[in-house]
Order: sequence, then structure tokens, then C-alpha cells
Amino acid sequence: MLAINWFKYSAPTTFYGLAGKLVPWFAAAAAILSVVGLYIGFFVAPTDAVQSEAYRIMFIHVPASILSMFLYLVMAGYAALGLVFNTRLSSMMATALAPTGALFTFIALWTGALWGKPMWGAWWVWDARLTSELILLFLYLGFISLHASIDDPRRADRASALLAIVGSVNVPIIYFSVKWWNTLHQGATIKFSGTSMQLAMQHALFTMLLACWCYAVAVTLLRVRSIILERERNTQWVRELPETGGVRS
Amino acid sequence: MNKLSLFGLLGLVVRRDMVLAMRRRADVLTTLIFFVMVVSLFPLGVGPEPDMLRKMAPGVVWVAALLASMLSLPRMFAADYQDGTLEQMLLVPQSLSMLVLGKILAHWMVSGLPLVLMAPVLGLQFDMSAQSLGVLMLSLLLGSPILSMIGAIGAALTLGLRGGGVLVSLLVLPLCVPVLIFGTGAVEAVNSGLNYASHLQLLAAMLVPALVFTPWVTAHALRISME
Repeated sequence: MLAINWFKYSAPTTFYGLAGKLVPWFAAAAAILSVVGLYIGFFVAPTDAVQSEAYRIMFIHVPASILSMFLYLVMAGYAALGLVFNTRLSSMMATALAPTGALFTFIALWTGALWGKPMWGAWWVWDARLTSELILLFLYLGFISLHASIDDPRRADRASALLAIVGSVNVPIIYFSVKWWNTLHQGATIKFSGTSMQLAMQHALFTMLLACWCYAVAVTLLRVRSIILERERNTQWVRELPETGGVRS
Repeated sequence: MNKLSLFGLLGLVVRRDMVLAMRRRADVLTTLIFFVMVVSLFPLGVGPEPDMLRKMAPGVVWVAALLASMLSLPRMFAADYQDGTLEQMLLVPQSLSMLVLGKILAHWMVSGLPLVLMAPVLGLQFDMSAQSLGVLMLSLLLGSPILSMIGAIGAALTLGLRGGGVLVSLLVLPLCVPVLIFGTGAVEAVNSGLNYASHLQLLAAMLVPALVFTPWVTAHALRISME
């Protein structure tokens, strides 16, 4: 039987090369998918009966808000792995995911405000989902700033990992408390039992979701490569890399 | 040396921290004065109409209590960290979680309980009714220990960092949102003639798991910060 070494790519040394190979593919996929998705969204999908043209902002808004929440869980998952198993790469991945997650949270809030002005007549309302998205942004910023203010990378990883885990335990509590507090946001249109959405809109939405996924993966891998280089700068293998100006002895 | 029981340890830590706090009364008073000042500034900012003040009162008192407890958080471990006591505490054979719980309780008694006792006086400035004053006190009584407990995690994580004071607020404030919502919700329910018990029950439901888990998480955070 073929023995697969599952842990081969959990070492920064080997993962650095793998990430380098993957980045162009995900970046290209993100570019192509977003062009296709935006084309379908803006030119093929029909005008909405109730919300007219303004609804088209959802092709960015919905994927961004899905990813903003999902990336936090992925980040907390990596952070927990790093804390429990002491794997260096997991902590680096968590650190690399945080800015992308914060960016998507910000995009979701921003596009939500742009959509809210024509629909609700206000840039911002204290609705449950908006508020919990805002708090999510604060959680991301807390994670990033805690990591940034600790100089020792090992302590920074472990401390921010603990914060991410506490945050992810708290997220459902925050979500429901805010939901009971006030709700104005429209409910989900796509449910597991089926949807009332027009087919072209669905295609645009899912293409854009895929595009955002690929973008997130590409950027995270790119960032994790820089983090690996920075952390491992004193090692032999980094010094021998062609991109650091080293020569193979 | 005789063996120390868990609750013996708890009592010992609480007593020690209380004695230390009483030796430095000014620290305790600063938090309280800050609380009173912030609450008193609001009518100056928004105007003296009694109707509006009555409507705002629970939110103002709660937010001020939240800020005041953030202000006192860095003190929870800082002094012990500086003189090396904390390092000795990590070496104690007894449960570190219990020790941390003792420190949290002492911190709450010094900085949370005075706010609870002070709140009705401030509520009178806002022309609150007797019943809503009572509920405000109850909600603070249930909620402020949660603030101290969540805050302890933040204080332990930011131990000895530059700009720790601001950072700890940045980390802890978003996590305190549910407490704020249900705490003010209880008082607002009284004001609008609704049943306030559900809000208080939810606060109690948050207090119990916090009581179990946060000392444990804080103990881990302390170990991370001290290694």
C-alpha cells in the first residue's frame, strides 16, 4: 500500500514551495470567475421586480459577507490547531487569514451601506445583521492588533489564538443577542428547501462566491509565504532560495 | 506544610487581594469617580429634558459601567506581574484556575460592586422610577461579574505589553456586547411595562458558564504570557 505522508506539507519548508505553485492558479481562477460573474450579474441577470437595479450590489455583498463569517471560523480553526498541536504553519495561516477576513467584513459593511441608502433610505441602521457584522470587524481588528503588539512571534501566535477561540465561542451568543435586540434585514432567499431566485441571478451569485473564495485562498497563500520567509529568515533553506538572492551551495 | 483546600485557596487569594486593594484605596476610588463623571456628563451633552434622560438612563449607566470596568482591568494582574508574585503563583501546586477565580472575584468586589451600589444614586439624577432602579441594580449585579471575567482574559493576554490599557478594551469590548444588550434590555422592559425576568435570566445564564470557563481560559492566557 502506498504510504502517504499527510504531514509533509505541514512543514513551512515544503509548504512554501507548494503555496508558490498554487498561488497563480487561484489568482487566475479568481480573475476569470469574477469577470464572468460580474458580466452575468450586470448584463445577463434581469432587473429585480421590487428592488430594480440596486439589487445587483448583492453579487458582491453576499459573497463578501459569507466569506467574512466563514474565514473567521477557518482562522479560529487554524489558531486552535496551532495552539493544541504546536504546529508553526497553522498559526502562520491564522495570521495570514485575518487581514483578508477583515477586508471582506469591511466590503460587506460598505456595500451594505450602499445598498441600504436606496432601499431603506439610510446608510446605516441598527439592524441585527449589520451590528453583528460590525462586531465581527472589531473581533478581526482585535486579533490583528493583539498579534501586532506582541514582539515574540510564539507568544503572539498563542495569545491571539486564544483570543480567536474565545471570540468564536462568543460569536453565536453575540449573533443571537443582537438578533433578539432588533431585526430589519431581509431573511435568506436561498434556503436548503429551494429558492425563489431567478436562474441567471443564481449563476452570477455562485460564480462570484467562487471568485471570492479563490481570491481569499490566493491572497492568504501569498501572505503566508511572506510570513514564512520573515519567520524563517535565519534558516539555511531560506538563504538558499533564489528569490532571497541566495545561491545553492 | 498542611494541605490547602480549593476553597481555602480561593479565600486566601480573595483576602490577600482585598487587603492589597484597601492599602491603595485611591485606585478603587478612581474607577468609581470615573463612572460618576461619565454618567454626569451625558445630561450636559444631550440636554436636561427629563423624558429623554429617563429613556437614556439604562444605556448611559451601563455603558459607563462597562468603560469603568475596562479602565480597572489592567490592574488585575499588573502589580503581581511586576513584582514577580504572579510567577510564583503559576508554580503553586493547587489549581491555577481557582487562584485566578479568586483574583477575579476580588477584582469584582473592588471595582464592580461599588458601581452596582453607586448606580441607583446616578439613576436618580436621570429621574428613574424606583422599580427600574431596582432592576438596574439587579442587572448590574448579574452583569458586572461577567465583565470582570471576560476582562480577565483580555488582561491576561495583554500582560506587560506596551499600550496594554487601550488594547485590552479593544479586545474585550466587542465580547461584552451581549451583556450590555440584556442588561439595558431588562431596565427598558420595566420602563415599557414588559416582563423583565427573561433578560435577567439570560444574564444569569451567561454568568454561570462564564464562571466555569473564563478562569480556566484566563489561566491558559497567563501561562502563554508568562512563558
